Amino acid sequence: MAKIIAGVCSSHVPAIGAALDNGKSGEPYWQRVFSGFEPSKKWMEKAKPDVCIIVYNDHASAFSMDIVPTFALGCAAEFPPADEGWGPRPVPTVKGHPELAAHIAQSVILDEFDLTIVNKMEVDHGLTVPMNLMFGQPKEWPCPVIPLAVNVVLFPPPTAKRCFKLGQAIRKAVESYPEDLNVVIFGTGGMSHQISGPRAGLINSKFDKAFLDGMAKDPKKLTRLKHVEFMREAGAEGIEMVMWLIMRGAMDDDAKEVYRFYTVPASNTAVGHIILENPGKMGGKKKSAAKKPAAKKAPARLAAE
Amino acid sequence: MKQTKKSAKPVKEYADIPGTIVFDAEQSRMGYGINMLCMSLIKEENRKAFKANEAEYLKAYKLTPEQTEAVLKREWNRMLELGGNIYFTAKLGATDGLSFQQMAAKMTGSTQEEYASMMLAGGRPVDGNRSKSEWKK
Repeated sequence: MAKIIAGVCSSHVPAIGAALDNGKSGEPYWQRVFSGFEPSKKWMEKAKPDVCIIVYNDHASAFSMDIVPTFALGCAAEFPPADEGWGPRPVPTVKGHPELAAHIAQSVILDEFDLTIVNKMEVDHGLTVPMNLMFGQPKEWPCPVIPLAVNVVLFPPPTAKRCFKLGQAIRKAVESYPEDLNVVIFGTGGMSHQISGPRAGLINSKFDKAFLDGMAKDPKKLTRLKHVEFMREAGAEGIEMVMWLIMRGAMDDDAKEVYRFYTVPASNTAVGHIILENPGKMGGKKKSAAKKPAAKKAPARLAAE
Repeated sequence: MKQTKKSAKPVKEYADIPGTIVFDAEQSRMGYGINMLCMSLIKEENRKAFKANEAEYLKAYKLTPEQTEAVLKREWNRMLELGGNIYFTAKLGATDGLSFQQMAAKMTGSTQEEYASMMLAGGRPVDGNRSKSEWKK
Protein backbone atom coordinates (compact mmCIF):
# COMPACT_ATOMS: atom_id res chain seq x y z
CA MET A 1 0.00 0.00 0.00
CA ALA A 2 1.06 3.57 -0.51
CA LYS A 3 1.87 5.68 2.53
CA ILE A 4 2.81 9.22 3.45
CA ILE A 5 6.24 9.08 5.01
CA ALA A 6 6.94 12.76 5.59
CA GLY A 7 5.79 16.31 5.11
CA VAL A 8 7.74 19.36 4.05
CA CYS A 9 6.69 22.99 4.26
CA SER A 10 8.53 25.79 2.57
CA SER A 11 8.05 29.30 1.28
CA HIS A 12 7.94 29.61 -2.49
CA VAL A 13 9.28 33.14 -3.03
CA PRO A 14 9.69 33.86 -6.77
CA ALA A 15 12.93 35.78 -6.17
CA ILE A 16 14.50 32.53 -4.89
CA GLY A 17 13.82 31.01 -8.30
CA ALA A 18 15.16 34.10 -10.04
CA ALA A 19 18.34 33.95 -7.93
CA LEU A 20 18.89 30.33 -8.99
CA ASP A 21 18.01 30.94 -12.62
CA ASN A 22 20.32 33.95 -12.86
CA GLY A 23 23.26 32.31 -11.09
CA LYS A 24 23.06 34.55 -8.02
CA SER A 25 22.68 31.81 -5.44
CA GLY A 26 26.29 32.25 -4.31
CA GLU A 27 25.79 35.86 -3.24
CA PRO A 28 25.78 36.37 0.54
CA TYR A 29 22.17 37.59 0.53
CA TRP A 30 21.04 34.37 -1.11
CA GLN A 31 23.51 32.10 0.68
CA ARG A 32 21.72 33.01 3.90
CA VAL A 33 18.59 31.48 2.37
CA PHE A 34 20.06 28.55 0.45
CA SER A 35 22.35 27.37 3.24
CA GLY A 36 19.23 26.74 5.31
CA PHE A 37 18.09 24.18 2.77
CA GLU A 38 21.38 22.25 2.45
CA PRO A 39 20.41 19.79 5.23
CA SER A 40 16.97 19.49 3.62
CA LYS A 41 18.41 18.42 0.28
CA LYS A 42 20.47 15.75 2.05
CA TRP A 43 17.38 14.66 3.96
CA MET A 44 15.46 14.42 0.68
CA GLU A 45 18.18 12.26 -0.91
CA LYS A 46 17.73 9.79 1.92
CA ALA A 47 13.95 9.99 2.02
CA LYS A 48 13.79 9.12 -1.70
CA PRO A 49 10.05 9.49 -2.18
CA ASP A 50 8.40 7.64 -5.07
CA VAL A 51 5.92 10.49 -5.49
CA CYS A 52 5.50 13.96 -4.04
CA ILE A 53 2.18 15.70 -3.61
CA ILE A 54 2.87 19.44 -3.72
CA VAL A 55 0.26 21.80 -2.35
CA TYR A 56 0.86 25.26 -3.79
CA ASN A 57 -0.98 28.16 -5.29
CA ASP A 58 -1.08 29.29 -8.84
CA HIS A 59 -0.16 32.98 -9.22
CA ALA A 60 -2.27 33.86 -12.23
CA SER A 61 -0.35 31.45 -14.45
CA ALA A 62 -2.61 28.48 -15.13
CA PHE A 63 -5.76 30.17 -13.84
CA SER A 64 -6.77 33.66 -14.94
CA MET A 65 -9.91 35.35 -13.61
CA ASP A 66 -11.97 33.22 -16.01
CA ILE A 67 -11.96 30.18 -13.75
CA VAL A 68 -10.89 30.16 -10.10
CA PRO A 69 -10.98 26.66 -8.61
CA THR A 70 -10.62 26.44 -4.84
CA PHE A 71 -8.83 23.09 -4.97
CA ALA A 72 -7.44 21.85 -8.30
CA LEU A 73 -5.65 18.53 -8.56
CA GLY A 74 -3.16 18.05 -11.39
CA CYS A 75 -3.93 14.69 -12.97
CA ALA A 76 -1.86 15.16 -16.15
CA ALA A 77 1.23 13.18 -17.16
CA GLU A 78 3.31 16.33 -17.23
CA PHE A 79 3.23 19.98 -16.23
CA PRO A 80 5.43 22.41 -18.19
CA PRO A 81 6.87 25.50 -16.46
CA ALA A 82 4.70 28.60 -17.03
CA ASP A 83 5.74 31.96 -18.44
CA GLU A 84 4.93 34.30 -15.56
CA GLY A 85 5.80 37.44 -17.49
CA TRP A 86 9.59 37.08 -17.33
CA GLY A 87 9.66 34.00 -19.60
CA PRO A 88 9.31 30.38 -18.37
CA ARG A 89 11.75 29.32 -15.63
CA PRO A 90 14.55 27.14 -17.01
CA VAL A 91 13.55 24.13 -14.93
CA PRO A 92 12.68 20.60 -16.12
CA THR A 93 9.10 19.76 -16.99
CA VAL A 94 7.38 18.32 -13.93
CA LYS A 95 6.24 14.74 -14.50
CA GLY A 96 2.94 13.80 -12.94
CA HIS A 97 1.57 10.56 -11.54
CA PRO A 98 -1.80 10.33 -13.31
CA GLU A 99 -2.76 6.98 -11.73
CA LEU A 100 -2.30 8.06 -8.11
CA ALA A 101 -3.74 11.50 -8.89
CA ALA A 102 -6.89 10.00 -10.37
CA HIS A 103 -7.20 7.73 -7.36
CA ILE A 104 -6.84 10.67 -4.95
CA ALA A 105 -9.38 12.73 -6.91
CA GLN A 106 -11.94 9.95 -6.81
CA SER A 107 -11.33 9.19 -3.16
CA VAL A 108 -11.52 12.75 -1.84
CA ILE A 109 -14.57 13.63 -3.94
CA LEU A 110 -16.39 10.65 -2.45
CA ASP A 111 -15.13 11.97 0.88
CA GLU A 112 -17.08 15.20 0.13
CA PHE A 113 -14.22 17.41 -1.12
CA ASP A 114 -15.48 18.75 -4.43
CA LEU A 115 -12.16 19.41 -6.05
CA THR A 116 -11.46 20.30 -9.65
CA ILE A 117 -9.60 17.86 -11.87
CA VAL A 118 -7.03 19.46 -14.15
CA ASN A 119 -5.70 17.48 -17.10
CA LYS A 120 -3.69 20.29 -18.66
CA MET A 121 -1.80 22.81 -16.58
CA GLU A 122 1.38 24.83 -16.55
CA VAL A 123 3.04 25.28 -13.19
CA ASP A 124 4.67 28.41 -11.82
CA HIS A 125 7.21 29.32 -9.14
CA GLY A 126 4.75 28.30 -6.45
CA LEU A 127 5.47 24.69 -7.33
CA THR A 128 8.96 24.78 -8.82
CA VAL A 129 10.74 26.94 -6.22
CA PRO A 130 10.13 24.50 -3.34
CA MET A 131 11.24 21.69 -5.68
CA ASN A 132 14.53 23.52 -6.27
CA LEU A 133 14.95 24.07 -2.56
CA MET A 134 14.47 20.37 -1.80
CA PHE A 135 15.95 18.74 -4.94
CA GLY A 136 18.47 21.34 -6.12
CA GLN A 137 18.76 21.98 -9.84
CA PRO A 138 18.79 18.53 -11.50
CA LYS A 139 18.41 17.98 -15.25
CA GLU A 140 15.33 15.89 -14.53
CA TRP A 141 13.28 15.94 -11.33
CA PRO A 142 13.94 12.77 -9.32
CA CYS A 143 10.31 11.72 -8.87
CA PRO A 144 6.82 12.34 -10.20
CA VAL A 145 4.77 15.10 -8.61
CA ILE A 146 1.05 15.59 -8.11
CA PRO A 147 0.33 19.32 -7.96
CA LEU A 148 -2.57 20.48 -5.81
CA ALA A 149 -3.33 24.11 -6.56
CA VAL A 150 -5.25 26.02 -3.89
CA ASN A 151 -6.89 29.37 -4.50
CA VAL A 152 -5.35 31.94 -2.17
CA VAL A 153 -5.46 34.78 -4.70
CA LEU A 154 -9.18 35.58 -4.71
CA PHE A 155 -10.63 36.07 -1.23
CA PRO A 156 -11.78 33.93 0.45
CA PRO A 157 -9.39 31.01 0.23
CA PRO A 158 -10.52 27.79 1.88
CA THR A 159 -10.36 28.02 5.67
CA ALA A 160 -7.47 26.65 7.66
CA LYS A 161 -9.79 24.01 9.08
CA ARG A 162 -11.03 22.95 5.65
CA CYS A 163 -7.45 22.65 4.45
CA PHE A 164 -6.53 20.45 7.39
CA LYS A 165 -9.50 18.20 6.70
CA LEU A 166 -8.60 17.93 3.03
CA GLY A 167 -5.17 16.79 4.14
CA GLN A 168 -6.80 14.07 6.21
CA ALA A 169 -8.84 12.97 3.18
CA ILE A 170 -5.72 12.91 1.00
CA ARG A 171 -3.99 10.71 3.52
CA LYS A 172 -6.91 8.30 3.47
CA ALA A 173 -6.78 8.29 -0.32
CA VAL A 174 -3.05 7.60 -0.43
CA GLU A 175 -3.35 4.79 2.10
CA SER A 176 -6.00 3.09 0.01
CA TYR A 177 -3.84 3.03 -3.11
CA PRO A 178 -2.72 -0.55 -3.74
CA GLU A 179 0.79 0.10 -5.06
CA ASP A 180 3.66 0.21 -2.60
CA LEU A 181 4.66 3.89 -2.83
CA ASN A 182 6.40 6.23 -0.41
CA VAL A 183 4.84 9.67 -0.63
CA VAL A 184 6.13 13.00 0.66
CA ILE A 185 3.63 15.84 0.85
CA PHE A 186 4.63 19.51 0.58
CA GLY A 187 2.76 22.54 1.89
CA THR A 188 4.15 25.70 0.34
CA GLY A 189 3.86 29.47 0.51
CA GLY A 190 4.19 32.00 3.31
CA MET A 191 5.41 32.82 5.75
CA SER A 192 4.49 36.38 6.73
CA HIS A 193 4.57 38.74 3.77
CA GLN A 194 2.61 41.41 2.03
CA ILE A 195 3.52 42.41 -1.49
CA SER A 196 0.56 44.65 -2.27
CA GLY A 197 -0.42 48.17 -1.29
CA PRO A 198 1.13 50.72 1.08
CA ARG A 199 1.54 48.14 3.88
CA ALA A 200 3.81 45.97 1.65
CA GLY A 201 6.89 44.65 3.40
CA LEU A 202 5.07 43.51 6.53
CA ILE A 203 6.87 40.74 8.42
CA ASN A 204 5.78 39.16 11.69
CA SER A 205 8.43 36.76 12.94
CA LYS A 206 6.62 36.19 16.21
CA PHE A 207 3.54 34.96 14.36
CA ASP A 208 5.67 32.82 12.04
CA LYS A 209 7.58 31.16 14.85
CA ALA A 210 4.37 30.40 16.72
CA PHE A 211 2.99 28.95 13.49
CA LEU A 212 6.04 26.72 13.06
CA ASP A 213 5.65 25.56 16.67
CA GLY A 214 1.99 24.85 16.00
CA MET A 215 2.86 22.82 12.91
CA ALA A 216 5.07 20.65 15.05
CA LYS A 217 3.08 20.40 18.26
CA ASP A 218 -0.47 21.70 18.03
CA PRO A 219 -1.81 21.94 14.48
CA LYS A 220 -5.43 21.84 15.70
CA LYS A 221 -4.87 25.26 17.24
CA LEU A 222 -3.75 26.60 13.85
CA THR A 223 -6.93 25.33 12.21
CA ARG A 224 -8.87 27.83 14.32
CA LEU A 225 -7.06 30.83 12.80
CA LYS A 226 -9.40 33.09 10.86
CA HIS A 227 -8.59 34.64 7.49
CA VAL A 228 -8.60 38.14 8.95
CA GLU A 229 -6.01 37.09 11.55
CA PHE A 230 -3.68 35.72 8.90
CA MET A 231 -4.01 38.89 6.85
CA ARG A 232 -3.74 41.34 9.73
CA GLU A 233 -0.93 39.55 11.55
CA ALA A 234 1.03 37.95 8.71
CA GLY A 235 0.28 40.23 5.76
CA ALA A 236 -2.35 40.07 3.03
CA GLU A 237 -0.39 37.38 1.19
CA GLY A 238 0.59 35.59 4.40
CA ILE A 239 -2.77 33.87 4.09
CA GLU A 240 -0.93 31.35 1.89
CA MET A 241 -0.07 29.57 5.12
CA VAL A 242 -3.46 27.84 5.09
CA MET A 243 -1.84 25.54 2.53
CA TRP A 244 0.63 24.27 5.12
CA LEU A 245 -2.32 22.80 6.98
CA ILE A 246 -3.19 20.49 4.08
CA MET A 247 0.24 18.94 4.55
CA ARG A 248 -0.27 18.77 8.31
CA GLY A 249 -3.69 17.16 7.98
CA ALA A 250 -2.15 14.43 5.83
CA MET A 251 0.45 13.61 8.48
CA ASP A 252 0.21 11.51 11.64
CA ASP A 253 -0.95 13.41 14.72
CA ASP A 254 2.36 12.56 16.39
CA ALA A 255 4.57 13.42 13.39
CA LYS A 256 8.05 14.39 14.51
CA GLU A 257 9.78 17.61 13.59
CA VAL A 258 13.23 16.78 12.24
CA TYR A 259 14.28 20.13 10.83
CA ARG A 260 13.33 23.76 10.85
CA PHE A 261 14.73 26.88 9.22
CA TYR A 262 13.61 30.49 9.31
CA THR A 263 15.16 33.63 7.88
CA VAL A 264 14.08 37.17 6.96
CA PRO A 265 13.96 38.28 4.22
CA ALA A 266 13.95 36.78 0.77
CA SER A 267 12.86 39.76 -1.25
CA ASN A 268 9.51 40.66 0.42
CA THR A 269 9.02 37.52 2.42
CA ALA A 270 9.87 35.66 5.61
CA VAL A 271 11.22 32.26 4.58
CA GLY A 272 10.00 29.41 6.75
CA HIS A 273 10.67 25.73 6.39
CA ILE A 274 9.90 22.63 8.43
CA ILE A 275 10.25 18.89 7.87
CA LEU A 276 8.04 16.41 9.71
CA GLU A 277 8.42 12.63 9.61
CA ASN A 278 5.73 10.08 10.30
CA PRO A 279 7.07 7.76 12.99
CA GLY A 280 8.10 4.38 11.66
CA LYS A 281 7.23 5.13 8.07
CA MET A 282 10.53 6.41 6.69
CA GLY A 283 12.89 4.02 4.98
CA GLY A 284 12.66 1.47 2.18
CA LYS A 285 9.30 0.07 1.17
CA LYS A 286 10.29 -3.58 1.36
CA LYS A 287 12.59 -3.22 4.32
CA SER A 288 10.18 -1.22 6.44
CA ALA A 289 9.11 -4.21 8.52
CA ALA A 290 12.69 -5.25 9.26
CA LYS A 291 13.92 -1.77 9.96
CA LYS A 292 13.72 -0.28 13.41
CA PRO A 293 10.84 2.15 13.55
CA ALA A 294 12.22 5.67 13.59
CA ALA A 295 9.89 6.55 16.46
CA LYS A 296 11.87 4.48 18.97
CA LYS A 297 14.98 6.43 18.26
CA ALA A 298 14.65 10.15 18.70
CA PRO A 299 15.27 11.42 15.19
CA ALA A 300 18.57 13.23 15.01
CA ARG A 301 17.70 16.88 14.85
CA LEU A 302 19.54 18.45 11.99
CA ALA A 303 21.27 21.70 12.73
CA ALA A 304 18.59 24.34 12.84
CA GLU A 305 18.96 27.99 11.87
CA MET B 1 -17.40 48.44 4.72
CA LYS B 2 -19.95 50.33 6.79
CA GLN B 3 -23.51 49.18 6.84
CA THR B 4 -25.80 51.65 5.14
CA LYS B 5 -29.56 52.00 5.19
CA LYS B 6 -29.86 51.21 1.50
CA SER B 7 -27.92 47.96 1.45
CA ALA B 8 -27.29 45.67 4.35
CA LYS B 9 -23.93 44.45 3.11
CA PRO B 10 -21.97 42.38 5.57
CA VAL B 11 -19.26 44.21 7.46
CA LYS B 12 -15.85 43.31 6.09
CA GLU B 13 -13.64 42.75 9.10
CA TYR B 14 -10.56 42.95 6.89
CA ALA B 15 -11.48 46.44 5.66
CA ASP B 16 -9.85 47.79 8.82
CA ILE B 17 -6.38 46.52 7.86
CA PRO B 18 -4.47 49.64 6.84
CA GLY B 19 -2.74 50.03 3.47
CA THR B 20 -4.32 46.81 2.25
CA ILE B 21 -6.86 46.13 -0.44
CA VAL B 22 -8.22 42.65 -0.06
CA PHE B 23 -8.96 41.15 -3.46
CA ASP B 24 -12.44 39.84 -2.77
CA ALA B 25 -15.41 39.05 -5.01
CA GLU B 26 -16.41 42.70 -5.23
CA GLN B 27 -12.92 43.85 -6.23
CA SER B 28 -12.60 40.99 -8.68
CA ARG B 29 -15.88 41.91 -10.35
CA MET B 30 -14.65 45.48 -10.87
CA GLY B 31 -11.21 44.45 -11.94
CA TYR B 32 -11.90 41.67 -14.41
CA GLY B 33 -10.74 43.81 -17.34
CA ILE B 34 -7.50 44.97 -15.68
CA ASN B 35 -6.66 41.48 -14.55
CA MET B 36 -7.36 39.86 -17.89
CA LEU B 37 -5.34 42.55 -19.65
CA CYS B 38 -2.42 41.81 -17.34
CA MET B 39 -2.93 38.08 -17.80
CA SER B 40 -2.55 38.49 -21.57
CA LEU B 41 0.98 39.76 -20.94
CA ILE B 42 2.22 36.27 -20.05
CA LYS B 43 2.69 35.80 -23.79
CA GLU B 44 5.77 37.30 -25.39
CA GLU B 45 3.92 38.36 -28.56
CA ASN B 46 1.33 40.20 -26.46
CA ARG B 47 4.04 41.97 -24.44
CA LYS B 48 5.47 43.20 -27.74
CA ALA B 49 2.10 44.37 -29.05
CA PHE B 50 1.35 46.11 -25.74
CA LYS B 51 4.67 47.93 -25.71
CA ALA B 52 4.23 48.99 -29.33
CA ASN B 53 0.95 50.81 -28.61
CA GLU B 54 -0.39 50.60 -25.08
CA ALA B 55 -3.54 52.69 -25.52
CA GLU B 56 -4.58 50.73 -28.59
CA TYR B 57 -3.85 47.40 -26.90
CA LEU B 58 -6.03 48.32 -23.90
CA LYS B 59 -9.11 48.85 -26.02
CA ALA B 60 -9.87 45.15 -26.19
CA TYR B 61 -10.26 44.95 -22.39
CA LYS B 62 -13.15 47.36 -21.80
CA LEU B 63 -11.51 49.22 -18.95
CA THR B 64 -13.16 52.24 -17.34
CA PRO B 65 -11.45 55.60 -18.03
CA GLU B 66 -10.02 55.50 -14.45
CA GLN B 67 -8.64 52.02 -14.97
CA THR B 68 -7.16 52.97 -18.34
CA GLU B 69 -5.42 55.95 -16.78
CA ALA B 70 -4.12 53.90 -13.86
CA VAL B 71 -2.64 51.32 -16.22
CA LEU B 72 -1.09 53.83 -18.62
CA LYS B 73 0.39 55.88 -15.75
CA ARG B 74 1.46 52.75 -13.83
CA GLU B 75 -0.38 53.82 -10.69
CA TRP B 76 0.13 50.50 -8.95
CA ASN B 77 -1.98 51.18 -5.84
CA ARG B 78 -4.75 52.77 -7.89
CA MET B 79 -4.90 49.65 -10.05
CA LEU B 80 -5.49 47.58 -6.90
CA GLU B 81 -8.16 49.99 -5.68
CA LEU B 82 -9.91 49.65 -9.03
CA GLY B 83 -10.00 45.88 -8.83
CA GLY B 84 -6.56 44.78 -9.92
CA ASN B 85 -4.83 41.95 -8.12
CA ILE B 86 -1.12 42.02 -7.38
CA TYR B 87 -0.37 38.68 -9.05
CA PHE B 88 -1.93 40.01 -12.23
CA THR B 89 -0.53 43.54 -12.08
CA ALA B 90 2.87 41.95 -11.47
CA LYS B 91 2.73 40.78 -15.08
CA LEU B 92 2.47 44.40 -16.17
CA GLY B 93 5.39 45.06 -13.85
CA ALA B 94 7.31 42.19 -15.44
CA THR B 95 6.58 43.64 -18.87
CA ASP B 96 8.24 46.85 -17.63
CA GLY B 97 11.14 44.78 -16.26
CA LEU B 98 10.16 45.24 -12.61
CA SER B 99 10.55 42.58 -9.92
CA PHE B 100 7.99 42.05 -7.14
CA GLN B 101 10.29 43.93 -4.79
CA GLN B 102 10.60 46.91 -7.13
CA MET B 103 6.83 47.02 -7.43
CA ALA B 104 6.38 46.74 -3.67
CA ALA B 105 8.77 49.66 -3.18
CA LYS B 106 6.69 51.78 -5.55
CA MET B 107 3.45 50.88 -3.75
CA THR B 108 4.89 51.92 -0.41
CA GLY B 109 6.16 55.20 -1.80
CA SER B 110 9.80 54.39 -1.11
CA THR B 111 12.83 53.94 -3.29
CA GLN B 112 14.00 50.41 -4.00
CA GLU B 113 17.04 51.02 -1.75
CA GLU B 114 14.94 52.24 1.16
CA TYR B 115 12.53 49.36 0.77
CA ALA B 116 15.28 46.74 0.45
CA SER B 117 17.00 48.01 3.58
CA MET B 118 13.72 47.97 5.50
CA MET B 119 13.34 44.31 4.50
CA LEU B 120 16.92 43.49 5.48
CA ALA B 121 16.27 45.09 8.86
CA GLY B 122 13.40 42.66 9.45
CA GLY B 123 10.60 44.19 7.41
CA ARG B 124 7.69 46.41 8.33
CA PRO B 125 6.69 45.62 11.92
CA VAL B 126 3.14 44.51 12.62
CA ASP B 127 2.87 46.75 15.68
CA GLY B 128 1.27 50.01 14.62
CA ASN B 129 0.14 48.43 11.34
CA ARG B 130 -2.83 46.32 12.40
CA SER B 131 -5.69 48.81 12.22
CA LYS B 132 -6.56 51.90 10.21
CA SER B 133 -7.00 53.73 13.52
CA GLU B 134 -3.25 53.32 14.12
CA TRP B 135 -2.42 55.00 10.81
CA LYS B 136 -4.57 58.05 11.54
CA LYS B 137 -2.55 59.04 14.60
